[in-house]
Amino acid sequence: MSEIIVRSGGLYTTVQDAGRDGQYAIGMPPSGALDQYSYRVANLLVGNPDGAAALEATYIGPELEFTDDRLIAVTGAEAPARVNGEQVAPWETLSVRAGDVLSFEMITSGARPYVAVSGGIAVPEYLGSRSTYTLTGIGGFQGRALRTDDRLPLGSPPVSGPAPGSSVPAGLRLALGGVAELRLVIGLCSYRLTEAALESFVDTEWKVTKDADRVGYRLRGGTIDFIDRDPPFGAGSDPANVVDLGYPIGSVQVPGGNEPIVLLGDAVTGGGYATVGTVISVDRDRIAQARTGDRVSFTPVDVDAAISARRDRGIRLEKVRAAVS
Amino acid sequence: MSTVNATLPGVFYRRPSPEQDPFVEEGAVVQQGQTIALIEVMKTFSEIKAEQAGTIGRFLLEEGDEVEAGQGVVEVVSP
Repeated sequence: MSEIIVRSGGLYTTVQDAGRDGQYAIGMPPSGALDQYSYRVANLLVGNPDGAAALEATYIGPELEFTDDRLIAVTGAEAPARVNGEQVAPWETLSVRAGDVLSFEMITSGARPYVAVSGGIAVPEYLGSRSTYTLTGIGGFQGRALRTDDRLPLGSPPVSGPAPGSSVPAGLRLALGGVAELRLVIGLCSYRLTEAALESFVDTEWKVTKDADRVGYRLRGGTIDFIDRDPPFGAGSDPANVVDLGYPIGSVQVPGGNEPIVLLGDAVTGGGYATVGTVISVDRDRIAQARTGDRVSFTPVDVDAAISARRDRGIRLEKVRAAVS
Repeated sequence: MSTVNATLPGVFYRRPSPEQDPFVEEGAVVQQGQTIALIEVMKTFSEIKAEQAGTIGRFLLEEGDEVEAGQGVVEVVSP
């Protein structure tokens, strides 16, 4: 079996796929690539079937040595990539041979580069997914981020794939930089906020703090007032508390009232904080590429708009598929 | 003279922990690979190391400052 030798894991590189869907009821978050668009495009560029496992890096890319002929692709955040020291193009099908080494320079825009390899990362599936969930140490490569000298098993490469040099047109790449505008469906517990607080929440440009990882992004920049009430039994005394509920993935909770947290793929599945709204699935790709110090803002939309945005992303992915195959 | 840059965003620290002395003071001589400071992000502390031997010049950030990827952290005077 062929493998990749990890020469350096970077800061926090994990194996991720489309996600461990269908296990939420037992308290298992989906995990999966936070930026699903870049992850899926990377797979398309190397001819992998949908759902093949790839690598998601954070801030600092890994250094990887290949041990046989493969197609690879780098998408997502802008971090100049090199093969054997020679700069290579992102969002493009690349060909590597045994002994070739992929490395990254410092990230210039975005937060998470993705690396797909033809055949996919063939770690064992756990509950139907190869995604890593580091908080409980399950899935992916030994349930943790990659370290030096790890050896990642690879699957058999597909019989055919895009030709090396196949490239994603500029208009179909992820737009990075600037304020990340996140569309938000208001609810489930927005009734706990004063009207002024809800307005100020969407009018504020929030700053991403250093506590921004696959579990959630803590933001700073404003304050949120809750409506006074006598807490119901089980809610606790903090005005941001409600009686426990399941947290929608992407939901925004405001513990303490001044630091909203956007819950992402590795977040706990429920608890007792009021969730003022839910970032639509498509825009979770965008927040995944926001980094510490970046700014984000929220725009309320309805569920129809969220579904329509998801459909548009599907159309974009089909355009990528047509452009590279 | 060269500037050591942050390789990732986060919060900048000159000390290994709040009660300990800074890794290096301005004017100190450092060897290549020696730890100069820390950046905290995602509950992880990453070391900033001297890229080459030299004398530590001026720190461009204060303890606890937020730092962006690529931002200058400290000036190092080559021997």
